[in-house]
Amino acid sequence: MALTENRKENNAQTAAVPPCRRTVRRLTRPDPASRSRGGQRFMLLGLALAGVYSLFPVYWLMIAATKDRVGLYQSNGLWFSGWHLWDNLQQVFTYDGGIFLRWTANSFLYAGVGSLGGTLIALATGYGLARFDFPGRGAVFACVVGSFLIPIALLTLPLYLLFSAIGLVDTPWAMLIPCLINPFSVYLAKVYTEATIPFELLEAARIDGAGELRIFFSIVLRMMTTGGATVFLLAFVNTWNAFFLPLTVLRGEENWTLNLGLYNWIGKRQESGIDVTSLVLTGALLSIIPMAIMMVAMRRYWRTGVTLGALK
Amino acid sequence: MIRSQRWKGAAFTVPFQLGFAFLYLLPIGYAVYQSLFLQKQSGLGLGGATTEFVGLENYQHGLTDSAFMTSILRVVVFACVQIPFMLLVSLVLALFLDAVSARVAGRFRIVLLVPYMIPGVVAAIVWINLYSPAVGPLTPLGDLFGFDWNFFAPSMVWPAIGNLLTWHGIGYNMVIIYAALQGVPRELFEAARLDGASELRIALSIKIPFVRGALVLTALLSIIQMLQIFNEPALFRNVTPETVSDSFTPIMIIYNQAFNAANYHYAAALSVLLALILGVASFVFYRLTSREAD
Repeated sequence: MALTENRKENNAQTAAVPPCRRTVRRLTRPDPASRSRGGQRFMLLGLALAGVYSLFPVYWLMIAATKDRVGLYQSNGLWFSGWHLWDNLQQVFTYDGGIFLRWTANSFLYAGVGSLGGTLIALATGYGLARFDFPGRGAVFACVVGSFLIPIALLTLPLYLLFSAIGLVDTPWAMLIPCLINPFSVYLAKVYTEATIPFELLEAARIDGAGELRIFFSIVLRMMTTGGATVFLLAFVNTWNAFFLPLTVLRGEENWTLNLGLYNWIGKRQESGIDVTSLVLTGALLSIIPMAIMMVAMRRYWRTGVTLGALK
Repeated sequence: MIRSQRWKGAAFTVPFQLGFAFLYLLPIGYAVYQSLFLQKQSGLGLGGATTEFVGLENYQHGLTDSAFMTSILRVVVFACVQIPFMLLVSLVLALFLDAVSARVAGRFRIVLLVPYMIPGVVAAIVWINLYSPAVGPLTPLGDLFGFDWNFFAPSMVWPAIGNLLTWHGIGYNMVIIYAALQGVPRELFEAARLDGASELRIALSIKIPFVRGALVLTALLSIIQMLQIFNEPALFRNVTPETVSDSFTPIMIIYNQAFNAANYHYAAALSVLLALILGVASFVFYRLTSREAD
């Protein structure tokens, strides 16, 4: 094929070009001479349409949160009609004795504490798997990868029975304990360790007389800050978004997460005739905010996490 | 490596191993064990229930349970439509991003990732309200263009859920494919251009084959998720119980068997069956796609 022949030739050519020129060329892509104006416009249009599609529901949600009941049902959904955001917020925070705040605190507790513990365990495991050769290492890693295929129902239902046997159902522990063991975090931690912790460094520390625990806590963990932040972030998002596990193991509403509470609210409208639509919508908007702040603040980590986890 | 050091290394993984044994192996073993029993009412149910060992009877029942099999078929058919569509859109968008200037690409990437930042349950709540004839803007919008659509009608439930999943998933899949595209050596494009290849031809013959791995991976992840779909139909059921039955998807059936019908043994057997189906489906898909590559 002409294409492949030419590729070889071209590789030889580019190899002769000094490296700095190549980087310049990469930065200034797309090569303007080679692209038609129309093509660019078409692509920008396509991206813009996809952008509108992506943002439109969020936009609608923001508008809806500022409306009162009449405005919600009768005004144009795409534009403001009165400003009732404060009333709606007040309603959300005071409804049912301020249960919404309780749910928010629970979500933060489960996602924050659970992910912190889970990240520490995952980093230790990833480090052990990546930098030590012990019998059974392959089996542990096989468990990590194999568990990606286990349906949540297969784990959650028996876990519910086990937890109820030891009296953990309907306590925060029922959410926190499962968060401590996250095979995907372990997988990521292993990949990060392989990329950031050189064997030579560990050897040097050992020769200097540092114990294995000290090496882990004062050298490895410090060097893994970026990797650890990514693992934490992804675990946090995962727990914050969890639905099946809390639905199964949390019964009383004082232990619910935000997701579970909103699920219950949206069902209420059906069952008992009270309209809680604006309550649900304002609550939904509020529940997005911590996630959005978290994602934007930790954008750098999160991007590498998403792509690294997928490509390795 | 010195022997004692090896064991110290193994010690780092001990907390995980213990936790894994307790939170993964034990529950799975327990589910398999439970699936071999069945609670039977004695007489008219007055004498209380007894638990009997029934061997594989629950599995036999599950494989011939038309509700369970229908739910699997329903989800598989849906997956065959929604996943290729979502991945095609993600791929096209990733190719577009790759072809525009880096500054524009950076902005659009963030915009297109906004849905991914929204928790799945909240995304479903937002779309359910968008679909709602009472408060959503889509019904008046449809009227404007002469569509009389009712998103909660039985025939529209899957398209409605499909749109929700597509909206939620495009950004994430696009980022993975886009990251893979960044790895294509740029020299290849110049070579192709010198040969007179059009941009479309370059996309089809160089870029897409290069991101095959990313496509296979995103498809596999989507398949695994789809067979376990629960949140979205459960939320739809909360709003339109008459269209979304409680046996709509496999996990919904399992949940109901366990918690509403209190038939835990059967639910355990069904979840083991679902795990096996998931494993086989992933394996077959992986095999098919990796053979093509050779």
